[in-house]
Amino acid sequence: MGKQRLQRLFQEKKTNLLSIYLTAGYPEKDAMPKLIKTLADKKVDFIEAGMPYSDPLADGAVIQYSSNVALQNGMSLSLYFKQIAQIRPEVDLPLLFMGYFNQILKTGINRFLQQCKTAGIDGLIIPDLSPEIYQARYQKIFEKYDLSLIFLISPTTSEERIKMIDNLSSGFIYVVSSSATTGKSGGFGEEHLQYFEKIHQMFLKNPKMIGFGIDSAEKYQTACRYANGAIIGSAFIKALSSTDYLQSANAFIDKILRFN
Amino acid sequence: MKYEVDQLGFYGRYGGAFIPELLHQNIAELQENYLEIMESPDFQRQFNKLLCDYAGRPSPLYFAKRLSKKYQTKIYLKREDLNHTGSHKINNTIGQILLAKHLGKTRIIAETGAGQHGVATATVTALAGLECVVYMGEKDMERQASNVARMKMLGATVKPATSGSKTLKDATNEAIRDWINHPQDTYYIIGSVVGPHPYPDMVARFQSVISEEMMQQLAAQTGRDYPDRIIACIGGGSNAAGAYYHFLDNDAVELVSVEAGGLGIDSGHSAATSILGTDGVIHASLTMLMQNVDGQIIEPYSISAGLDYPGIGPLHAHLISSGRTKVLTATDDEAVKAGYELTRLEGIIPALESAHALAALPKIKFKPDEITVVNLSGRGDKDLSTYLKYLND
Repeated sequence: MGKQRLQRLFQEKKTNLLSIYLTAGYPEKDAMPKLIKTLADKKVDFIEAGMPYSDPLADGAVIQYSSNVALQNGMSLSLYFKQIAQIRPEVDLPLLFMGYFNQILKTGINRFLQQCKTAGIDGLIIPDLSPEIYQARYQKIFEKYDLSLIFLISPTTSEERIKMIDNLSSGFIYVVSSSATTGKSGGFGEEHLQYFEKIHQMFLKNPKMIGFGIDSAEKYQTACRYANGAIIGSAFIKALSSTDYLQSANAFIDKILRFN
Repeated sequence: MKYEVDQLGFYGRYGGAFIPELLHQNIAELQENYLEIMESPDFQRQFNKLLCDYAGRPSPLYFAKRLSKKYQTKIYLKREDLNHTGSHKINNTIGQILLAKHLGKTRIIAETGAGQHGVATATVTALAGLECVVYMGEKDMERQASNVARMKMLGATVKPATSGSKTLKDATNEAIRDWINHPQDTYYIIGSVVGPHPYPDMVARFQSVISEEMMQQLAAQTGRDYPDRIIACIGGGSNAAGAYYHFLDNDAVELVSVEAGGLGIDSGHSAATSILGTDGVIHASLTMLMQNVDGQIIEPYSISAGLDYPGIGPLHAHLISSGRTKVLTATDDEAVKAGYELTRLEGIIPALESAHALAALPKIKFKPDEITVVNLSGRGDKDLSTYLKYLND
C-alpha cells in the first residue's frame, strides 16, 4: 500500500498514538508475525519491525542484545520479508522497516525497496542515512517506490535543519527524546520538556512521534502531550519473557496504556 | 589532486558521512571548521613544534643495507617506530588534540586496536590535561596488555568492548555510541583514515608529514625526491595514507598496500578486506567491507590487532578500485617471519602491523637500482609475547 496507510492513520488519529519497535527473530526465530498480530489486537497504532544488524551504532545494550540473539536465531532479510508478507493480510496497521543503511545498500536499493513493497512494508526508518546524503545520492530512487521515509531529529538539531527534515519526511518526524543511544532510561526533565515544547511550537507539516528512552505509562503520557504519540522499543524488548513472550507483550501494552 | 574528497566527503564512490542525526552537529562542526583551523598559521606552528620537540620528528629515513643486499635492491625504512609512543599514531593525535582544544572540548574518547592509537591518545590528553576514555576490544586488551598498562599509567580509562569479535570494529562501535551519548563536551579522536567525513581526510592530512619528510630525505640521500615504490600495511590505512599522500599524483611511484591475510585468504580467518570485501558502510563510511549477502559485517581475523578490521579507509577503497594502489597480502606466519628477518638483519624489532609490510618483500620482483621505501609504522615491543611464542615453536 505504501505511504497511504501511514497518512490515513495520522488523518484518523491525531493524539495518543502508540508505536512499538520489535526486533525480528527475537526472542525466537518466528516471533515477529505472532507479535505483530498480538500488538495489532491490542490496538497498537503502528509497528517498527526491526531487521537485526550486526553493528547497530545508534542502539544501546538492549537492542544490541536482541539483534545479536535474533541473528543467532537465523533471522535473515529473506526470512524477514517472508514473515512480513505472511502477516500482512491479517493486520491493517502500518508496518515500517527499521534497519541500517548497509542492509539496503548491499541488497541493492531498488531491489530492497521492491521487496518492501511486495511484502507489505509501508515505510522505512534508516537511522544512519543522513538527509544530506539521501538528497544527493538516493532520493530519486526512493521516490519511485512511494514508501514513507522517516527521518530523525534530536535535541542538537537546529531549527533550520528541522524545517529541512520536515520537508523531506513523509509520514511523520521521529523526535529523539534525548542525546543518547536507544534504551537510556530516566525521567523527562525540564530540558526535555523545553525541547518538546520548542518542536511543538514549530507547527511542522508532518505529525511527530517521540521515541528513545520511553519506558513507562508516565513518559508515554508526557510524550503524547507534546507530540502525536510515542514510540517504545528497548523497554518493550526488555519486557519480553522468553517463555511466554506474547503474554508479556500483552501485559506490557496494558501497563503503558493504563491511563488511556 | 586527483584523490581529494568532494563536498560530501566522497573519494569517487567511497566515503561520505552515514551518521545518525544524533551525531550531525558534532560532525558538521568538524566538517565546517577542520580545514580552516588546520591551515591557520597559529595551528601549524603549534602542530609542527610538537611534532618536532615532543614526538621527535623528523623520523629518520634509514637505508637498510643488509635487507637491501638480501633482496638485491635498495630498501629504505621510514622509521615511524622511533616516534614518541612508538608509532605513527602520535602524528594524528597531536593534530586532533589541538583541534579538540580549539573547539573547546574537555573530554576525549578514542578507539584502539593494537593499543598504539590508544597510547598516543592517552599521551596527548595527559599533555593537554584532558579526561580520556579509550575503548578497546576485550580480545585486544589481552593480546596487547602492555599498551593497556601504558594507557592506565597515562591516566586514561580503558573500557573493554565486549560485543562481536571483541576487537577494533567493536571498540569503534562503542566509541561512536559514547559520542552519541556525550555530544556537548566530548571530542572523538579517530585513529585511522576511517569513519565519517571529515575524519579520513583530516587524519590523512595529519599523517601526510610522513611523505613530506620522505621527499626531503630522499632528495638528500638519493638525489631524487621520490622513490620507485612505497610499501605500507593497511588495516584502516592511516600510516599508508600518510606515506602515500604527497606521491598520490606522481604515477612514477608504485604504491603497494599490504593487507592482513590471517590464516590465509580462503581460510575464513582473514582481514584482507579489499579481496574479501564488497561495497558497504562501516563506521559511517561507504567503503570496501567484509560482509555477508544481507550486509551483516563479518568478523575479521588477524594476528595483528591493528590490522584486524573488516573495512578499510575510503581513500584506500578508491585508490584500489581505480588501480592507483596495488594490494598484496601477508599471512600471520609470513608477517612473523618478516618481523624476525628485520630483527636479525637490521636490529630493529617491528610491530606486527609493520611486519606485514615487510612480508611483501619476498613477493616483489626488484630491480637492483630501484628505490623502495617501507613505512615502518611502529615498533614491536608490544608484540614480544606473540613473537616469542613463534620462537619456541
